[in-house]
Amino acid sequence: MIGGLFIYNHKGEVLISRVYRDDIGRNAVDAFRVNVIHARQQVRSPVNNIARTSFFHIKRSNIWLAAVTKQNVNAAMVFEFLYKMCDVMAAYFGKISEENIKNNFVLIYELLDEILDFGYPQNSETGALKTFITQQGVKSQHHTKEEQSQITSQVTGQIGWRREGVKYRRNEIYLDVLESVNLLMSPQGQVLSAHVSGRVVMKSYLSGMPECKFGMNDKIVIDKQGKGGTTDDTGKSELGGSSGKQSIAIDDCTFHQCVRLSKFDSERSISFIPPDGEYELMRYRTTKDIILPFRVIPLVREVGRTKLEVKVVIKSNFKPSLLAQKIEVRIPTPLNTSGVQVICMKGKAKYKASENAIVWKIKRMAGMKESQISAEIELLPTNDKKKWARPPISMNFEVPFAPSGLKVRYLKVFESKLNYSDHDVIKWVRYIGRSGIYETRC
Amino acid sequence: MPAVSKGDGMRGLAVFISDIRNCKSKEAEIKRINKELANIRSKFKGDKALDGYSKKKYVCKLLFIFLLGHDIDFGHMEAVNLLSSNKYTEKQIGYLFISVLVNSNSELIRLINNAIKNDLSSRNPTFMCLALHCIANVGSREMAEAFAGEIPRILVAGDTMDSVKQSAALCLLRLYKTSPDLVLMGEWTSRVVHLLNDQHMGVVTAAISLITCLSQKNPDEFKTCVSLAVSRLSRIVSSASTDLQDYTYYFVPAPWLSCKLLRLLQCYPPPEDGAVKGRLVECLETILNKAQEPPKSKKVQHSNAKNAILFEAISLIIHYDSEPNLLVRACNQLGQFLQHRETNLRYLALESMCTLASSEFSHEAVKTHIETVINALKTERDVSVRQRAADLLYAMCDRSNAKQIVAEMLSYLETADYSIREEMVLKVAILAEKYAVDYSWYVDTILNLIRIAGDYVSEEVWYRVIQIVINRDDVQGYAAKTVFEALQAPACHENMVKVGGYILGEFGNLIAGDPRSSPLVQFNLLHSKFHLCSVPTRALLLSAYIKFINLFPETKSTIQEVLRSDSQIRNSDVELQQRAVEYLKLSSIASTDVLATVLEEMPPFPERESSILAKLKKKKGPGAVSVNELEEGKREGGELNGGGERGDSSAIAASNASTPSPSADLLGIRTGPPVAAAAASSAGSLLVDVFSEAGINDDGFLRDLEPPTESSESLLAEGPGDSDSAPPSAVSEDPAPLPESNELLNKFVCKNNGVLFENQLLQIGIKSEYRQNLGRMYLFYGNKTSVQFVNFTTTVTCPGELQSQLNVQTKLVEPLIEGGAQVQQVINIECLSEFTDAPLLNIKFRYGGALQNLTLKLPVTINKFFQPTEMASHDFFQRWKQLSLPQQEAQKIFKSNNAMDPEVLKAKLLGLGMALLENVDPNPENFVCAGVIQTKAQQVGSLLRLEPNTQAQMYRLTLRSSKDTVSKRLCELLAEQF
Repeated sequence: MIGGLFIYNHKGEVLISRVYRDDIGRNAVDAFRVNVIHARQQVRSPVNNIARTSFFHIKRSNIWLAAVTKQNVNAAMVFEFLYKMCDVMAAYFGKISEENIKNNFVLIYELLDEILDFGYPQNSETGALKTFITQQGVKSQHHTKEEQSQITSQVTGQIGWRREGVKYRRNEIYLDVLESVNLLMSPQGQVLSAHVSGRVVMKSYLSGMPECKFGMNDKIVIDKQGKGGTTDDTGKSELGGSSGKQSIAIDDCTFHQCVRLSKFDSERSISFIPPDGEYELMRYRTTKDIILPFRVIPLVREVGRTKLEVKVVIKSNFKPSLLAQKIEVRIPTPLNTSGVQVICMKGKAKYKASENAIVWKIKRMAGMKESQISAEIELLPTNDKKKWARPPISMNFEVPFAPSGLKVRYLKVFESKLNYSDHDVIKWVRYIGRSGIYETRC
Repeated sequence: MPAVSKGDGMRGLAVFISDIRNCKSKEAEIKRINKELANIRSKFKGDKALDGYSKKKYVCKLLFIFLLGHDIDFGHMEAVNLLSSNKYTEKQIGYLFISVLVNSNSELIRLINNAIKNDLSSRNPTFMCLALHCIANVGSREMAEAFAGEIPRILVAGDTMDSVKQSAALCLLRLYKTSPDLVLMGEWTSRVVHLLNDQHMGVVTAAISLITCLSQKNPDEFKTCVSLAVSRLSRIVSSASTDLQDYTYYFVPAPWLSCKLLRLLQCYPPPEDGAVKGRLVECLETILNKAQEPPKSKKVQHSNAKNAILFEAISLIIHYDSEPNLLVRACNQLGQFLQHRETNLRYLALESMCTLASSEFSHEAVKTHIETVINALKTERDVSVRQRAADLLYAMCDRSNAKQIVAEMLSYLETADYSIREEMVLKVAILAEKYAVDYSWYVDTILNLIRIAGDYVSEEVWYRVIQIVINRDDVQGYAAKTVFEALQAPACHENMVKVGGYILGEFGNLIAGDPRSSPLVQFNLLHSKFHLCSVPTRALLLSAYIKFINLFPETKSTIQEVLRSDSQIRNSDVELQQRAVEYLKLSSIASTDVLATVLEEMPPFPERESSILAKLKKKKGPGAVSVNELEEGKREGGELNGGGERGDSSAIAASNASTPSPSADLLGIRTGPPVAAAAASSAGSLLVDVFSEAGINDDGFLRDLEPPTESSESLLAEGPGDSDSAPPSAVSEDPAPLPESNELLNKFVCKNNGVLFENQLLQIGIKSEYRQNLGRMYLFYGNKTSVQFVNFTTTVTCPGELQSQLNVQTKLVEPLIEGGAQVQQVINIECLSEFTDAPLLNIKFRYGGALQNLTLKLPVTINKFFQPTEMASHDFFQRWKQLSLPQQEAQKIFKSNNAMDPEVLKAKLLGLGMALLENVDPNPENFVCAGVIQTKAQQVGSLLRLEPNTQAQMYRLTLRSSKDTVSKRLCELLAEQF
């Protein structure tokens, strides 16, 4: 269990220090600062054990968040909690910066009291928290005693993430499939490793206590249905596109606490009572049959000791009707570069000395196109015999489809007590594919 | 924003540095640096020539980036270019870059060396200084190779500027420290020494550092510096504070130089020249006088400088240790500091006094401060000062004040810091033992010690109490009584229970007469503590119980019941269970006679070095205490406590607890152990037998206290000191070989390699080869301890007429053997004529301050020079008959020592060096051999016949050779072999 939580600024000064358990002394704050933040060698491991005390840290811009414990805790749980903590803070006061933390420190202590109890994580649902932790930006909507007791019963009740009596004139639900695709490719175009990590993020504005059911082209479900030949398949064509692959194999997935896991285990159907507002319904990962939106073809030629010629071609590999956006190719340059000349047909390219790379930016690019850049790099002769390590060329982009091939088959809403049906709900579905670490060796 | 001076500043650099300092995060810093590096790279590309200023600026930026921890792999060429600039600032930056960044294997080193050479030969003193600083800063071997010849020339040249001389002296010092073999002083020596007379104080200060370092290596060459240093010192000391304008520091004239001079003088013994010595004494007196003067300034720097000189002077006085007057004055001066406000001064005063206390002249003077020191121990706030105070008390302790000091230390122990408690306990234990006039006081003190600081009383301390109590008859009864009383306290420390268990087990009978301490009461008292103790103590208590059964038969049933109880006889600890079972059986089966023999009172322990002292030495590191101990040994030797017994410095403490028994007979233990020791070993072995029957002979508690029966250990204890009082045994006077050395010699008659000698400290291995009349022997001395042996010397002597018979040459051996290390010595031997005796090997070394002396026989015997001679049967008998004169034959009939295995015999005869002749003797059981002994003077042919008789287990050995002495000697040697 988490023994304490500290927040430091980039200099290692303590901004927030909350100790939950007696086994964590005051010196733990300094131990982390001395051994991690001010360590002579940069500490890369997110988990550090100093004097039998474990420190789990994450960094948000210049802010360090460190959870401390003396026990053998589940590290994944601690990190999950730290990220949740960041989300909660972001939901309350926006960007996590030293300034914001200093301005909201009373709020943060209040939040820490609420979401961790004796080191055990409690409710970290922003929507629910906002009903009873109110500071500055968040105005309290509840004044009466009755309403306050309602909060208590909600927070301690079975459905802690949603309060009763929500009412909307228009019942709307938004569903975003957000994926990031990671790739490592050899210079010859062979895929060395590739995977997609995706999230289903929802925003719901529904009245009452609706029951939702979400379906996608999960291979196990489709196969089962194909064999069983079930009849209830009407929702299939309603929402999801019918093109491309029929089904995808999901390697692993995690759900929001509102999803009934027992039902998922037995029927593999995702049914839930959604929280009000924005939340992340599920997270998943796939490794098979990934659609790679771009192909990078590098050509590097060394001309003598003082010159290097680089040519990079990128090819887009999706339907011509779709448009990729925010494309950025980053071509590393040797450490002894003394000058660079770049020629490119499309977009803008620039040598950025501070990052030791040529950065090539293209605003928009349609599918099944190709574009190229060539650069001449001048080198300064050094007396070091070390060879340049040739880091990979990396890429950033955004495409309007899911590279994993995931499709939403249906999203049904049932509310038995109020008088609106599934057809009355307005549903919005969007797919966004982004690049994660998308690299090609050269 | 760093301040930028107008004329010389580099704006770009200042901007860059302030940019870096304003970076919010590491990432931002790295970005800024990458950008700057790219900029510098594009500037250094080489298409356009850079002016000196920008080159300097960029090199400077690179240097700054490097100091931030980033790798720099270019810009060296530009830096080297800067060296040839004529502007000081550019040259300076160039040198700075090179001394920080250039590694020795760079290709540029030639260019750099060239530039340095140019600057050294230029007449510009600032350039010369820059070059010298660079050499010193790099200080690599390559630099030493290139410039070691050049720098002394600059140093002693008449026309060199003073500032350059200073730099040259320090540069040379640095090169000497890195590669002393390359700096050859030879012809410069006297001129360097005369730098002490230089007009310029800075030059003198620099030169004296160099001279101090050099004279530590070769003191003889620099001997002349003593008188110069003394005169220089006297000039400084007698000067008024205004004389040396620039070199007066807060009214103290040249304090650094004075300290260095005094330190230089500490490298040498007191000057022999009376005038010089008189002048020096005068100086030291002046320094001591000045300390008494009222301070000229209230500033702390003034007193610091003054005291620095004073302390250095005092350590010189202590180093000389020959001027009683000065020593006493120094002591008084330090006494004043003991109450000074400044903690550092008190610390230093206590520390210096510790060394003063060991000098015979000032010991009494130190003792006058006892009250102050005790006060310091009690009231001082700083623990390190209290530690020094405790050290000083220990050092100043002698018979007259022992009781007071021990009492004070004991009372302090109750409140002492945990970090120094263990050491304090050891010190109290040692002092109590060393100065114990009456042993009841000693027992009281130690029992008090255990009561107050039981946790810090190490095993050695209570072992020692028991050794002493057992060895002193007069104190046994008192000890039993006191222990019994101490045990009655409701909460006893476990160490107290151990001592109690042991002593009551041995001497409980002495107090059994008193109804208050009747046997049963004693037993119940001990047993009441039993359950609170750890396993080792319980085991000891069980042994005490079985001794009770022997001492008091009336307790037998009670004790048997205890032993029989499940918690003993079925104890989960194997050791306890074993003891319970065996003691129970022993008590029920054995008759009272057997019991009385087995459980006889422990015999007195042989004298040996106090284990506590050894422990303290170990704790402090070798040498730290031993110096004091030796000194005290000298001073105290023969003064008190039964003089004659206590000359041996390494065993001061042991000798106090003198008993009439083994001390005189230690060497003889193996050949003829004295009665007491014999009883000891028999009692010990009986006990051990009981255990070994059951398969366990790990009887640690009894064994720890059992007297050692190996002579090697007693030899150690007897290691003769170089003290002036009567040595305790013959060893130190006459290098008589060990009693077992003959035996050792016999071991090597038939073999050339093996372990010659081994004890706890030292192992001597041997490897030898012989050809004709020449031999070479390799001796390997292995240090088995973790402490180094110093002054290790070996000598080989040929006693008596052996001198003319054997020519032995030895190579010198390293005087220092590190702990665990081995050194080798080569000995060349030439046999001039036949001989009978063996040469003696004498080994002397210091181990932890105590001198060890050892004499062995080198296994060089006449048979080593045998040349085997093959011959046929009739040749053999023909020669056999030729050597038929009665004196040419030697015969011996003797009993076999070993099994009569023909193969073993054969191997031994071959090892002897003669040729073993097959099919010669008509009886195949017999062995015949032939060989020629090669000496320088002549050759001696020898024939051998060995007739084994397996029924009678006897041999008949016949030897015939052309020389009667040879036959006899060979016969003697061989008779021991079979």
